[in-house]
Amino acid sequence: MDRRKVLGLGAAGVAVAGTGALAGRVIGGGAEPAAAAGAAAALPFHGEHQAGIITPAQDRLHFVAFDVITTKRDELIALLQAWTAAAARMTAGNDAGPVGAVGGAPEAPPDDTGEALGLPASGLTLTVGFGPTLFRDADGRDRFGLADRKPAALADLPKFPGDALRPEISGGDLCVQACANDPQVAVHAIRNLARIGFGKVSVRWSQLGFGRTASTTRDQVTPRNLMGFKDGTNNLKAEDTDLLPDHLWVRPGDGADWMAGGSYLVTRKIRMLIETWDRTSLAEQEAIIGRDKKAGAPLGRTGEHDEIDFESKGADGEPVLPKDAHVRLAHPSQNHNARLLRRGYNFVDGSDGLGRLDAGLFFMAYQRDPHKQFAVVQGQLAKHDTLNEYIRHVSSALFACPPGVTGPDDFWGRKLFA
Amino acid sequence: MPRSLALAVGAATLIGLAGCGDPKPAAGDGKIAVEATDTACKVAKTELPAGVSTFVITNKGSKVTEFYVYAGEAVKGEQENIAPGLSRELRVDLKAGAYEAACKPGQTGDGIRVKLTVTGEGKQDDAKVGAAVATYKAYVVKEAADLVPATRQFVDAVKAGDRDKAKALYAPSRLHYERIEPVAESFGDFDPAIDARENNVEAGKEWTGYHRLEKDLWGTADLASDAKLADQLLADVTALADKVKQVELSATDVANGAKELLDEVATTKITGEEDRYSHTDLWDFEGNVAGSKAVVDALRPVLTERDAALLGTLDDKFAAAGVELAKHKVGDGYKLHNQLSPAELKALSDAINALAEPISKVAAVVAR
Repeated sequence: MDRRKVLGLGAAGVAVAGTGALAGRVIGGGAEPAAAAGAAAALPFHGEHQAGIITPAQDRLHFVAFDVITTKRDELIALLQAWTAAAARMTAGNDAGPVGAVGGAPEAPPDDTGEALGLPASGLTLTVGFGPTLFRDADGRDRFGLADRKPAALADLPKFPGDALRPEISGGDLCVQACANDPQVAVHAIRNLARIGFGKVSVRWSQLGFGRTASTTRDQVTPRNLMGFKDGTNNLKAEDTDLLPDHLWVRPGDGADWMAGGSYLVTRKIRMLIETWDRTSLAEQEAIIGRDKKAGAPLGRTGEHDEIDFESKGADGEPVLPKDAHVRLAHPSQNHNARLLRRGYNFVDGSDGLGRLDAGLFFMAYQRDPHKQFAVVQGQLAKHDTLNEYIRHVSSALFACPPGVTGPDDFWGRKLFA
Repeated sequence: MPRSLALAVGAATLIGLAGCGDPKPAAGDGKIAVEATDTACKVAKTELPAGVSTFVITNKGSKVTEFYVYAGEAVKGEQENIAPGLSRELRVDLKAGAYEAACKPGQTGDGIRVKLTVTGEGKQDDAKVGAAVATYKAYVVKEAADLVPATRQFVDAVKAGDRDKAKALYAPSRLHYERIEPVAESFGDFDPAIDARENNVEAGKEWTGYHRLEKDLWGTADLASDAKLADQLLADVTALADKVKQVELSATDVANGAKELLDEVATTKITGEEDRYSHTDLWDFEGNVAGSKAVVDALRPVLTERDAALLGTLDDKFAAAGVELAKHKVGDGYKLHNQLSPAELKALSDAINALAEPISKVAAVVAR
């Protein structure tokens, strides 16, 4: 049942066009401003690629990694089918199950948990990925007959200097990324998928994110991370149609054909040592990042999107952009042209026992081959980046996100299990 | 005859189904497929027996559609906002008579109407449900009766000042109580008197029962002062055993009891809250799960007939939970809660979640 209609909020018309970026829902009475209607809209679930990658980054995130606890391949496939059906409903602004949060048998628990009743689709996207351990677990077991389908690109990431990874919030057999413009909608989606999964999967870890830290389209303003700097200026963007086939989407022949049209996701939970960063002088902060804090311009330039000047030297003979500046070390020109589509979110998990903000960046990046892209960039950063004094990588995960669900008869991962 | 089967017969009622995923709307299980397009409303079966009918509507058109069942002008059931490509279920309880189904592409107008004819008197299988309730009641009466001598041995050891023996008897004697806890709770005063934890006791009331003695046994209290508490506990369980003989249970009470027992496991045993001094939570875990299983066993003939797939899942998941619990078996008993690693507790929690989710669907099946 339509969530808004249940509460008498909805209107008659719903446009769910198969194409077009924003198949907008018509909201009753025209009372809501256009911008709000855009943020409230339902995005297409079906397509060549999964939604939630080049989709304009929404404001909120709930990300979850699961361990698969069933040992039955059929149960895992049935779960992916049930998840796909529920995701198609929820991304359209509907309840998770065919009956809904209310109106079912009074003796039965509702097949939707109800906290999204009355809320629009809110640009919800749900994106699924498969972790390395799905193919062969930590004990070397091939639980689901998938070991020979594991792509080389899904090999474990190398250890990087300074990693402080906590295994209990790293890795996972499956992941679901829920992004939406309303946090309650994102949480509702993950909660209902987790519920559908009881007995088949168990939540390993999850992360809430508020405030996107990257733009994935040119018309989005570059947001700021919790260090106060614009983040993601140089990101791969949806409009980079000449770059995406080389850097974002897996191609046939890349090693695992079931992944063609998919993308690899690296997540890193990066705790920021906020308090010490805040005591650092503006000049030093800017030198560490390599950008001006106000406009986001590369040092030595004036505009955010100006070309980075790697060469110019100041009066002291040193480069205007320091050799260990973050933007220099992370730039494609310094990393064999490795590019990433970053899609991270700020997080604050309350405070720690010492009263410090437990906060930072939940980094997420999509790419065609993490070993040629993320691992190259992070290898540089881990060794040379002065920013490391102010951050700790506490969680890491890698997932193969399959191509999109093409229609009602398709489901997440169908080709993997074919 | 169970009293609360309010939905079994009578008025046409929209009752809906709590299904989980429904990726394949093929109309198996006696479901009626409805193919809705922009110009047609194909209902696979239009002559229906009285009782609950489940329509599975699949929108194969390009417009958002709705599906209705009408008796004259009265709406007997509806599913709105079925987007292209999606499917929805609608369950309607219909008495014999003439009805119309309607698909409404574009969600406007009278829709495309299809005549439905309902005949017969509906399902009359209350006898099976009644027998299941009687079977379960017999189980409750027996467990309550067995609780009395088990508790007597325990309180005798307390009164004799034999701390080691009383500690050894504490967890096994409680098993009988844990198996039937929801029924005991339904009597109001008994559960607080027999099984309250310290933080559950109302201000101004005396803390009595098993957990009070548990605290004294595992602490350093002088057992000589516990004789009165011991006598009180025995008197309470004896009264309970008498009281349950008169209990009136409905089928949904019984089914919900199975779920409540697993809720107990999830909220107080996995966390170690229940037996915080003795750490014997896994004995109670076993008792709760066994009590839940007893419900399913009693309802087995009903579930076999009405939802064999659900029963199959329950049997699987009960077996899996048993395997998980058995990993911690030591002799006749179990490892202590504080000897379990976080990973072992999570595995137990996963097993209970796997079981509790399908168990929560039993009540609606029984109430049909």
